[in-house]
Amino acid sequence: MSNENNHSEPLIRVSHLKQYFPINVGFFRTKPLKAVDDISFDIMEGETLGLVGESGCGKTTAGRSILHLYKPTAGEVIYRGKPVKTKADIEEFRRKATMVFQDPYSSLDPRMTVEDIVGEPLDVQKLYKTKEERRDRILQLMEYVGLNSEHAARYAHEFSGGQRQRVGIARSLAVKPDFIVCDEPVSALDVSIQAQVINMFDELQEKLNLTYLFIAHDLLVVRHISDRIAVMYLGHLVELAGADEIYDRPLHPYTRALISAVPVPDPVIARANKRIEMTGEIPSPLNAPPGCPFHTRCPYAVDGCKESMPELREIEKGRFVACHRIEEIG
Amino acid sequence: MALLEVKDLHTSFFTDAGEVRAVNGVSFDLERGKVLGIVGESGSGKSVTAYSIMQILTSTGRIVSGSIKCDGQELVGADENVMKSIRGNKISIIFQDPMTSLNPTYTIGDQLMEAILLHTKRNKQQAWDRAVEMLHLVNVNEPEKRMKQYPFEFSGGMRQRVMIAMALACEPDILIADEPTTALDVTIQAGILELMKDIQKKMGMAIIMITHDLGVVAQLCDEVVVMYAGSICEKGTADDIFYNPCHEYTKGLLRSIPTAGNEGQKLQPITGTPIDLLNMPKGCPFAPRCDAAMKICIREKCESFEISENHTAACWMNLKKAMDRN
Repeated sequence: MSNENNHSEPLIRVSHLKQYFPINVGFFRTKPLKAVDDISFDIMEGETLGLVGESGCGKTTAGRSILHLYKPTAGEVIYRGKPVKTKADIEEFRRKATMVFQDPYSSLDPRMTVEDIVGEPLDVQKLYKTKEERRDRILQLMEYVGLNSEHAARYAHEFSGGQRQRVGIARSLAVKPDFIVCDEPVSALDVSIQAQVINMFDELQEKLNLTYLFIAHDLLVVRHISDRIAVMYLGHLVELAGADEIYDRPLHPYTRALISAVPVPDPVIARANKRIEMTGEIPSPLNAPPGCPFHTRCPYAVDGCKESMPELREIEKGRFVACHRIEEIG
Repeated sequence: MALLEVKDLHTSFFTDAGEVRAVNGVSFDLERGKVLGIVGESGSGKSVTAYSIMQILTSTGRIVSGSIKCDGQELVGADENVMKSIRGNKISIIFQDPMTSLNPTYTIGDQLMEAILLHTKRNKQQAWDRAVEMLHLVNVNEPEKRMKQYPFEFSGGMRQRVMIAMALACEPDILIADEPTTALDVTIQAGILELMKDIQKKMGMAIIMITHDLGVVAQLCDEVVVMYAGSICEKGTADDIFYNPCHEYTKGLLRSIPTAGNEGQKLQPITGTPIDLLNMPKGCPFAPRCDAAMKICIREKCESFEISENHTAACWMNLKKAMDRN
């Protein structure tokens, strides 16, 4: 798969990644739930790739299987040109790739102090020689995320949601990663706090040269933080393009419907907005329709769409769309 | 006379840690057929205001003072029988989480009919017909078949449609929607919001839309009340609030969200953390987080200033502006 920066090597290359979960459908019978079904994309160094889609589309699963928190069913993740395969590779990779979770209330151990929460990855990866070194590193990490040393001895429940998310981010930075999967990191936060955390992600990226995979359902937030956006539907990538392009001129019929449904915080624009309606509901990934996954709800679907799965094709420079009829529907 | 008049409402929760003043002197009017948005962060008292109107507060909560008049009838201090006749008949509420607000052990039809039988003089057959009609109204396909199904057979969006059908079955004058789309995906949310708008036009009821999402407000609301720490900061038409915000908190909120216009610019967050309702400051509750706070803001709580007809803001900056002008 080519990319806008053909000359440079991507930091992460996801290649034909599949993640199936066996679901029991009766005694001793299972059926695969295809949470992620053959997705491929590149993430360049220093970039933020947004990953959006409705709940159940597989965006969180994709993030987790890229980090090998699940064992991928098929496909591979290539980090700096080297496939992540063996146990040693995975361990090495985890030192470079971490995760920030959605819920700052349940992702921090209530019985650990902030110092221990942030320091735990250092302990696990044995990244210090002396106690002082550990302490200094923890304080540095806390400073990165705008917490000060007096917070170190406190427990997570003493903090507000925004501050907890900061603790979670400090923890994910502990191993000096260069790639972070951010799984809905601001959706549990209040509006006024969201902006603080979003800005912090921006600042940290500049300061520490981080690369993000930013998973979220809030399209305005994703557009704000991302350089490029990938749209998922029922485990498949349906469109991948620059953040502004995808927002201003979505091409795939699903992306069009999705973007038109975003409530814009501006009454004049909101009144003028015409929503593109989708018929029906998102099918269950257990009974995914044959052919194009979106054909059951697509206003442009023809018989051909039911037969074969469209490839993700580069139809303009840097714009990838998986739709049979994209040229016809214009 | 407005359909609903809330005057100087104070609601507190009496907890072991002390009195939590969740609603602190809230006043607003709701006219027939209008959509009023109440916006605020968690803990701003927007839901408690709604629960006070319905009098469905938890046991530790109590309306301390103030008045709530529905169609001229005083609800504060009214006895439970009066409230029973109000709830469902005159004022209905739908909640945030459609997953937990339906009883999993009864069919959708049973639950819809229960509401109808309780509040109207219909017999069972008529109630069934009415329930089917309501499901049809909220765009549930094959309503007869769906009536016999259980909540687990419905998706989140469909359950919220059922909740709306239930709330509207007795044709209330006022529908209170407490974050009705927060748990739903954007595409489903858009459908529910459109449905609410349509039904509102058809049935002519008034809606109180409680939300933290300014996008939802822009799409649906005629008038907007912005709340912070149990008080109203600003009140006005949607256009007033979005295009001429006069309270520092409203301005801060609008600056801190990504919109179609501020792409590529840095967001300007509101500094600090939300207020602790147990330790409320003496002056303006927003003063500790306000970049423009003056001495008077810390000393004294601001009464609301009239900016224009129907547009008020409780911010001392408006006094400063008025004095600068003169």
